[in-house]
Amino acid sequence: MNHFFERKFVVQGIFIVISLILLSRLFYIQVITNKYVLSAHNNVLRKLIIYPARGTILDRKEKALVQNEPVYDLMVIPNKVRPFDTLEFCNLIEMNREGFNKRFTKAKKYSPYKASLFEKQLSVQIYASFQEKLFEFPGFFVQNRTIRSYPDSIAAQFLGYVGEVNNRTITQSNGFYHQGDYIGISGVEKSYETLLRGHRGVQNIMVDALGRPKGNFANGKYDTIAVSGKRLISSLDKDLQKFGEKLMQNKSGSVVAIEPSSGEILAFVSSPTYDPNLMVGRKRGYNYTKFLSNPYKPMFIRPIQAEYPPGSVFKVINALVAQQLRSIDSNTVFNCSGGYYYGPNGSKKMGCTHKHGALNLRQAIAQSCNTYFGYTYNRMIDHAGMRPVNAYQHWWKEVSEFGIGSKLDIDLPNERKGRLPTGDLYTKRWGSDKWGSGFNISLSIGQGELGITPLQMANVMAIVANRGFFYKPHLIKAIGEKHVVKEEYTKKNNVSIDPRYFNIVIEGMDDVVNSPGGTAIYSKIPGIDMCGKTGTVENSQGKDHSVFFAFAPRINPKIAIVVVVENAGFGATWSAPIASLMVEKYLKNTISRPQSYIDRLLLANLLPPIRTKASTSEPKKSENMKSSSLIPPKSTVNIQKKQNETIKKADTQPVKPNE
Amino acid sequence: MNNNQPRPFFSVDWTMIAIFIALCLFGWLNIHASVYNPEKPGIFNLSTHYGKQFFFIITAFILGIAILLLDGQFLNAISPIVYGMTMFLLVLVPFIGKSVAGNQAWIAIGPFTLQPSEFAKFPTCLLLAQYLSMDQVKIQDLKTKVIAGIIIFIPIVLVMLQPDTGSALTFTSLIIVLFREGLSGYFLFLEGLLIVLFILTLLYGKLILTVILALLSALLAYVNRKNKKFAATLVVTSLISIGFVFSVDFAYNNILKAHQRDRINVILGKVNDPRGEEYNLNQSKIAIGSGGMWGKGYLQGTQTKYDFVPEQSTDFIFCTVGEEWGFAGCFVVIGLYLSLLLRIINIAERQRSSFRRIYGYGVASIIFFHFFINIGMTIGLVPVIGIPLPFMSYGGSSLWSFTILLFILIKLDSNRIGTT
Repeated sequence: MNHFFERKFVVQGIFIVISLILLSRLFYIQVITNKYVLSAHNNVLRKLIIYPARGTILDRKEKALVQNEPVYDLMVIPNKVRPFDTLEFCNLIEMNREGFNKRFTKAKKYSPYKASLFEKQLSVQIYASFQEKLFEFPGFFVQNRTIRSYPDSIAAQFLGYVGEVNNRTITQSNGFYHQGDYIGISGVEKSYETLLRGHRGVQNIMVDALGRPKGNFANGKYDTIAVSGKRLISSLDKDLQKFGEKLMQNKSGSVVAIEPSSGEILAFVSSPTYDPNLMVGRKRGYNYTKFLSNPYKPMFIRPIQAEYPPGSVFKVINALVAQQLRSIDSNTVFNCSGGYYYGPNGSKKMGCTHKHGALNLRQAIAQSCNTYFGYTYNRMIDHAGMRPVNAYQHWWKEVSEFGIGSKLDIDLPNERKGRLPTGDLYTKRWGSDKWGSGFNISLSIGQGELGITPLQMANVMAIVANRGFFYKPHLIKAIGEKHVVKEEYTKKNNVSIDPRYFNIVIEGMDDVVNSPGGTAIYSKIPGIDMCGKTGTVENSQGKDHSVFFAFAPRINPKIAIVVVVENAGFGATWSAPIASLMVEKYLKNTISRPQSYIDRLLLANLLPPIRTKASTSEPKKSENMKSSSLIPPKSTVNIQKKQNETIKKADTQPVKPNE
Repeated sequence: MNNNQPRPFFSVDWTMIAIFIALCLFGWLNIHASVYNPEKPGIFNLSTHYGKQFFFIITAFILGIAILLLDGQFLNAISPIVYGMTMFLLVLVPFIGKSVAGNQAWIAIGPFTLQPSEFAKFPTCLLLAQYLSMDQVKIQDLKTKVIAGIIIFIPIVLVMLQPDTGSALTFTSLIIVLFREGLSGYFLFLEGLLIVLFILTLLYGKLILTVILALLSALLAYVNRKNKKFAATLVVTSLISIGFVFSVDFAYNNILKAHQRDRINVILGKVNDPRGEEYNLNQSKIAIGSGGMWGKGYLQGTQTKYDFVPEQSTDFIFCTVGEEWGFAGCFVVIGLYLSLLLRIINIAERQRSSFRRIYGYGVASIIFFHFFINIGMTIGLVPVIGIPLPFMSYGGSSLWSFTILLFILIKLDSNRIGTT
């Protein structure tokens, strides 16, 4: 009756086999492969980057030099994009179709699944109108972050700027940086990048199929909070810096002021400069290119990158070294008959500005007598009781202790070390090591192969002010809320000059400013005993550079300063008055000199004409420049060339007198 | 012997009832999870799927109890009438039906919509059982085959017209019943062969396949040239096969709708289109696959809850099981279905009456087909055919129809001692 009973087993067998097939397939997709887990995360997880506020930078009185302002970046996840009205989209964000396609292709190339930057820094107005329509454009979203803002538009080269990180840095950062991130590219922004950037946070949120946020993933277990960047307190005095930039407008050069007792840099003026606010936002690229092509080179950080022969200010160093080497003492007298004669039978002459007659060291400094320092250098090199080439080595060592010819290791990138020629250079050039002081006599007055940055000159002044030691010059005096000071900035660096040798030199420098015969008497500050030294640096490319360095007050110095004005002529005419105003401003916070004294400096346009087709015309006014124009490229770029020419001149014919 | 049935529940098969309740409740939990919305937490909120499903489950229980109270003989007697009424409803559907998701398979009755195609299953099983259990009816006879075929094909054609291909295909599973009743294994083989041919035709085209079939047949015929019976079968098979290949090709290009072609193409790997038709399947696999061994936990599934999976409470309810309960949960669910199916077969086989046995096989076939196709499609083993997972998927029609289907069997079984 019950035929085919055994077929029951066939049917049950089919059921069992099918169940096993289902189970094994399930086992594969659920347990063996993790492909689907990853896809599920891709579906539902969105990593929201919480950008930390970049650390602010304050001046020494803790007033803001750099702060943050909110901006809105438009991001895109290409594979979430659905067809939409591109025309409306482009109109909303003020972009043309071509730009849209280019950006979209780039984003797709970066990753179809990950968010990438589509358009950076939408303005608040664009953001507001775009935000309303955002829902029409699936796959796009807006991420807000902050950009740098400079309330006083000062200290551009010191602060530097931030920009989008490049691909190489992304690769090298082991995942720290991502496409579209910002990184310090120059200045303090770069050298303190690791402190300023902070740590970004990640928020893992879940979204539904339509991309609507649905809350935190795993109750925020994998989220990290953003840690703001450290606040930096710079050594800069905002008012002094502002004043310095104003005085240096329409001039090319530097002002560096240091607090001798700490090495803190009080002013760091590089002129011509630019408004740092132009290096943020969507126009950054455009402005950057413009600055780069500007012949006056506003991006050039003159205080640490421009190398000049120091000119007569170098006599201060020679005066100290000569005493230390026992070549002269404070009572040594030389006779100036209008020049220093050397070479076979005194056939060569290094000229002096005047016939000073007999004068001692103090007078020689006060009056900047070339002859005196010619004799002094001759004694150090040729009459040291050893072969000149060895004596030169001793001299070189003493001079290099002043930080000449090597980097001071300031907390800014791209510092240049300058140049202090070694004896080997002259041996090579002479053909043997049997050369003497006559071969490089221009070193006696700070000309020749020397290359010294304004920062190094300022540091020399700090050493003199301190009578034999210095702290590493630096721009950031304290880090974070706790005012952490880097240890290297608390370390005293000594030079081997005996402190007593400074007295006579300082007397001379006092006379430079304060005695009737001094070269910088015009820059005397009522009520402040400033000691200084003028310099006029020969420049084969154009007018001489005007140099002055000083410290004040004489007792317990508070500021050491150097002013370099390129192509401006005598040190006493331009640099010394600027320095004296800066010193007075810093020490007294008022200016006792008449307005006309300041106006002369403010109104002067000392920028050389551009050596182009339009070289006859006035320097071009640049709309974005704070200073109306900038230095000609050759005067700084070709320093090396010029130095070589100078030494030839100094060796073969009477040197042009230096004040 | 005992026709009075004083205690209708005394001899029911509690195993099946337990599995039935387990599947219903587990399904309900998963419907709750798949559409869970923290803003509308009410479990009995009738505006949500889980609120409604709760109501459906309660009514299904009532329905089941009502069936148990019916007279077993009565069920046998009325089966032609019920079959006729249902077929009539199916005819009506295209005219009075309401279109849901492209299928005009629904009839609105008050606030609820009914899907007559669901309710065609149990009458078909009943009528088939009644017919095959008649004296002198032998499946080996051509006449029997034709009549049984007609009983099965009428609902297929009517449901196709709605059009609801998935539900229509369900009836083909009844070949298992015929097989059990003595239909030659050849037909089962033929059905299997035709499925393979169906896939191959779509993959490689009719011409290549025809040539291959012809060559293969010739080869087989030559090898077995002395076996006349085999040769005859071979010729018939070849002709059927070739005819089928051509009709598949014709149906594919002329009858199937674009979206159906797409679904088939996706399964066959002929198109790669993660944003289009493949999207559903892909999201379904992602949801299940991301569940891992132990699942993400109840209400913790992200893929289903956040609408990545389409139809996540109806046809794709298994995704929630896979995602939130993991392989372990899937194992349990598949285990429950397999136990149910094996139990039904055992129960069918213990009946003295062939009517009840045949009906039992019908129930097993239909549940099996839904179980296999539904789970298979969520994990990409079979094309996406929109049919519900028995007892678990959201939907009153489907739950009630499966409840009726199963409880009739339970009722018949509880009477097994009494009637022949």
